[in-house]
Amino acid sequence: MTICIPLGVPVPHFGNLGAKSFTNNLSGHFCTQHYESPCLSFNRHEVMKWNGWGYSDSRFLFNKKGQAEFTGKRYKLSGMILPALKDWFEGTFGASLQHKSPATPLLNTSAVQAPTLNQDFVEELKSIGVPFSHEAEDRAFRGHGHCLHEIFALREGKIGRVPDMVVWPNCHNDVEKIVALACKHNVCLIPYGGGTSVSSALECPPEETRSIVSLDTSQMNRILWIDEKNLTAHVEAGIIGQDLERLLNESGYCTGHEPDSMEFSSLGGWVSTRASGMKKNIYGNIEDLVVHIKMVTPQGVIEKSCQGPRMSTGPDIHHFILGSEGTLGVVTEVTMKIRPVPEYQKYGSVVFPNFEQGVACLREVAKQRCAPASIRLMDNEQFMFGHALKPQVSSIFTSFLDGLKKFYITKFKGFDPSRLCVATLLFEGNREKVLQHEKQVYDIAAKFGGLAAGEDNGQRGYMLTFVIAYLRDLGMDYYVIAESFETSVPWDRVLDVCRNVKARVVRECKDKGVQFSPLSSCRVTQTYDAGACVYFYFAFNYRGLSDPVHVYEQVEHAAREEILANGGSLSHHHGVGKLRKEWMRETVSEVGVGMLQSVKDYVDPKNIFGNRNLL
Amino acid sequence: MKASDRDLRGMKDDEFVDILEERRCSSDLGHAFRTFNPQPYKGGPPCSAADLNKALLDSHFLHRVVKEVAMETGSSQEKVMEEAGEILVEMSHNLHLPFIRLMGYTFSKVIKRLFTSIFVNMDGLNTLQQAVQENPVILMPNHRSYVDFLIISYILFTYDIPVPVIAAGVPLAEMKIVGEILRRSGAFFIRRSIGSDKLYWAVLSEYVRGIVRHGFAPVEFYVEGLRSRTLKSLTPKLGMMQMVLEPYFKGEVFDITLVPISISYDRVLEESLLARELLGVPKPKESTAGLLKASRVLQEDYGSMQVNFGQPLSVRKLCEGKINRSYYNLVPRDLPMKPSAEALACVSWLAHVVVGLQERGSLISPWSLMACLLIQEPTTVLAEQGLLWDDLTEKTLWLRKMVLDFGARLNWPGEAPNSAVMSSAISLHRSIVYLKAGRVYLTQEEVPLRRHRISPEEGVFRTAVPVLMLAAYRNQSLHALVRPAMLAMSICITRSTQRDELFRFFCFLQEVFANEFIFIPGNLSQDFEEACLCLNSCGAVYISEQEVRVSEQSSEVITFLQKLLQPFIDSYQLIFRCVCEEEQVQVFTEKQFLAAVRALALKLILSGETESELHTYETLSSDTQKNVLSALCRLEAVAKLRTSEINEFKVNKAAVRRITDALCGKIPPQMLQAPPDARL
Repeated sequence: MTICIPLGVPVPHFGNLGAKSFTNNLSGHFCTQHYESPCLSFNRHEVMKWNGWGYSDSRFLFNKKGQAEFTGKRYKLSGMILPALKDWFEGTFGASLQHKSPATPLLNTSAVQAPTLNQDFVEELKSIGVPFSHEAEDRAFRGHGHCLHEIFALREGKIGRVPDMVVWPNCHNDVEKIVALACKHNVCLIPYGGGTSVSSALECPPEETRSIVSLDTSQMNRILWIDEKNLTAHVEAGIIGQDLERLLNESGYCTGHEPDSMEFSSLGGWVSTRASGMKKNIYGNIEDLVVHIKMVTPQGVIEKSCQGPRMSTGPDIHHFILGSEGTLGVVTEVTMKIRPVPEYQKYGSVVFPNFEQGVACLREVAKQRCAPASIRLMDNEQFMFGHALKPQVSSIFTSFLDGLKKFYITKFKGFDPSRLCVATLLFEGNREKVLQHEKQVYDIAAKFGGLAAGEDNGQRGYMLTFVIAYLRDLGMDYYVIAESFETSVPWDRVLDVCRNVKARVVRECKDKGVQFSPLSSCRVTQTYDAGACVYFYFAFNYRGLSDPVHVYEQVEHAAREEILANGGSLSHHHGVGKLRKEWMRETVSEVGVGMLQSVKDYVDPKNIFGNRNLL
Repeated sequence: MKASDRDLRGMKDDEFVDILEERRCSSDLGHAFRTFNPQPYKGGPPCSAADLNKALLDSHFLHRVVKEVAMETGSSQEKVMEEAGEILVEMSHNLHLPFIRLMGYTFSKVIKRLFTSIFVNMDGLNTLQQAVQENPVILMPNHRSYVDFLIISYILFTYDIPVPVIAAGVPLAEMKIVGEILRRSGAFFIRRSIGSDKLYWAVLSEYVRGIVRHGFAPVEFYVEGLRSRTLKSLTPKLGMMQMVLEPYFKGEVFDITLVPISISYDRVLEESLLARELLGVPKPKESTAGLLKASRVLQEDYGSMQVNFGQPLSVRKLCEGKINRSYYNLVPRDLPMKPSAEALACVSWLAHVVVGLQERGSLISPWSLMACLLIQEPTTVLAEQGLLWDDLTEKTLWLRKMVLDFGARLNWPGEAPNSAVMSSAISLHRSIVYLKAGRVYLTQEEVPLRRHRISPEEGVFRTAVPVLMLAAYRNQSLHALVRPAMLAMSICITRSTQRDELFRFFCFLQEVFANEFIFIPGNLSQDFEEACLCLNSCGAVYISEQEVRVSEQSSEVITFLQKLLQPFIDSYQLIFRCVCEEEQVQVFTEKQFLAAVRALALKLILSGETESELHTYETLSSDTQKNVLSALCRLEAVAKLRTSEINEFKVNKAAVRRITDALCGKIPPQMLQAPPDARL
């Protein structure tokens, strides 16, 4: 049977339909309530922060008693008190609740430059009936991603070059018309999906003199059909991750693609950045999930003629699209693989005496190809951080149990609390197989000195993924800035990359005059046959620095140099954008850059898609 | 003490402490059993010698090489592995704290006899204590005496810093009992000639890398490779240096800390042995019996010893922009592979930097300054008439001021009057000179009673021994004087005032004397600049954009410096002449070459032909002779024939003559092939 939703029928509050039968595993982290108005519509900025991460109603703060709490009702952590966070925060960063660095509360629309409009383009756009806006708020909202320097500037009320107008196409045909008009009137188009970029990909090139139009895909958010025989779904590319999962769940399916940003990032964004999902061990990364892609380019529409599962027809044209970062066109529709919603899910965690043993265990798991849906290894610093986020315990019994666990691990097993680290696990499938799988993994872990540390710790680890971005905003209220970056690296270099990059961050901060030693931490988030994905976090107290963002940029730059020198990649899934462009040549070779350039030159000779990412 | 006094002593910033002072007033046994409690290394848990060996034998790297060697030699992998195990047994250290204590006890006893004091800079030790906690540390002392060998371990043990593992030559391991004591005190042993033994290289390099990677114990090795017979720095050897640095190049450690250590002696234990060796008397083989026999040296006084721990150097910082570490990205971590040309150049540069810092960290003794002056007198004067004591003291004080102006570090005792300092230096060195009736004479070995006559050759030898010893002590100061001296020499030979012409000749001298004096590759302009500033600081020259002009009133500085280098020029010229003289000979072995040079030098000394004959005594030094040979090879005037089994050399006489002419200023040096700045 094929569910078919006819094209062109507006479904403004599509999300409401889903709230009834929500079975998605996200229930672990989010509450169901917020799906009542999930559609990130024209006025996205009404529910989301204009100068920080996520929903306006959800944020960390230190209350009058100096205790940390998380506001709102959307997450499991919402409304809870986190008693240990303050001490950790002050101890780790040398920060103080007395020293605040609050953000500008409201967007000062007069700080936004007046739009440069291409009148002919605007006139013709009106005639085809696509909604658009040149309100300052709409434009400012779509002029940035979530890099630290972007958010930092917004908090200070500084707005740089932003798009001159925003258009909201409703379907593929609308996009075709807009692109044709843009070509005709030589207007610069920047596709905008979820706005979660962390590569400066959404920043408007300051040297761009043409009118810049942000093409917001949020209205193209329908599942056009589900094909249960082939287990595929045909979806408009503007759909947001959590909506896609929820809607598919209603029919008993899922894509299983869960990047950490899935609450806000869009399908089109995943395709154009080569996104990776937490559960890729079962479902694959985005390139494994797509069966068919439709993209509108200045030269016309590019797509394959059939949905064969694999083709030998020259280089796969999908791979020109995947990772093109909005430089070639707009992805409008995607056919994706879907799977039945798993029957059973179980979290788990393992404590290792040290990071080296943990990595060795992950390597062995990858070797035996028995990785659970997700397996992540946090280093000691993150383990400590995770502890600081433990909510207030409700009963004496739980705190007693915690104490007992701690005693067992550190005293009885002799683990050094300043070296131990923890792996979090997520198993999925049918119950019997999950339990069997779980045993296999725990047996391997035991060989590397790993001790099972319970489901709770595992689940909290994954929850952290979704709230960590909110925590950065809290830090920024108290002179602490933070950023994360990632890489992929062969197994034999994982430890070296982790050690050297962390040490490099510490040394660079010191050299650049950062007063208090920074938090420099990493975790292994994905395993592959031939290597792993490593995520780094760093944060520091910037009191006393005249230009903290510049210092932070220098440190991040140095860290990337270090990654590359140690055999890590330029990016595993964040993409290149403009932030990492300078390293493209050494990454893909001179000829490689030439190849990509020649594709760009053919597809978009007038540089209509002029966000200047990648090359 | 007044500030000006301190300045004159030349030990400005650092607090040097005599570590023997405490040893003399408290129990050595108590010292040996002190609680040794070094700060732990942050990079990881401690690792025993056995763990280290096991990790090595299990390493993928070794297995790969074993497989290759088995294939090449046709023997089984098990057998090759066994062989590797044997190599490791011969090589590996077995550091044990009890043995360090035993060693400490014995050492306390011995050094208190030998030395009046051992000065160590405390701030150097303090920074070292910090450094060993952060990154793997490589201790790099200069090597002037066998005493160097355990002194560092002894000091580190005394100050609660992890004791190092030390690279030593296999002959030491072969000494009965002593070898084992050294092994348990942290020594590991390397064969002298490894050649192309692939398996040996593999075991050694992985062993060294393993120690560095673990980082819990510092590695100590002599970058000069061996003891310097002339007390001058030697051209650094790069093999060990490269092994030690590779873990950084490969990203296996975040950084490596190099600590140059300068050890200087008032009087070197082996002084006369070294001089004899240079004159061709073979070095006694290291043996325990020999060591016991040598115990008579314990009866003598060797003055004080100074150990100066240099500022720790971050390899990471030094290599910034010099090396692309992603060179290793596309091959497996454990694949044996040749380092890139870039890495080799970087290793060589770093090694030279360290040697340069060792030199700058050395303290110059009053005696060394006196030696600089004494050796400029004709031998006949020293041997027969004697030199006026008052002249010597006056000039020594003049020289002291000059080297301080040049920024050298001096070890001039501040408590005693200057004259007492100098006369005690003379009496400490009575094996070389003695003071009689207000004059200083060269000490010559007494003729055995039963022999009434000695042959003329023996006579030369009797004089040559103290002269070469004197030269060695002069060499202790050379590092501070060589740059301005080369400029002075350039001024004297070219008779030019043009900066660029002087610079060209300066570069030429550096190239010719690259084995005599250690310069950092690619640092020529800075060296020249420094030379100009030195001469300017003591008023010897005026410098401008284009010119370096000698000032009339301080010509004695220029003359002194020129005479300081003259023996080297003379020796080189003499050997060049020797190479060109032999009519038919085009090809010779090193042995033939040395014999010919020696014969010619002897003939000239005996005939009294050369004007200032003393200087040719240095021509007799085998060190000088070998340096000339490698200089000729480097300048492509002599080619090593690769075909022959024994090393044979083919000489291009025209090229040698060109160098001869350039060196005496007859033709400008740019006619030579080697462009000055190409060497890096």
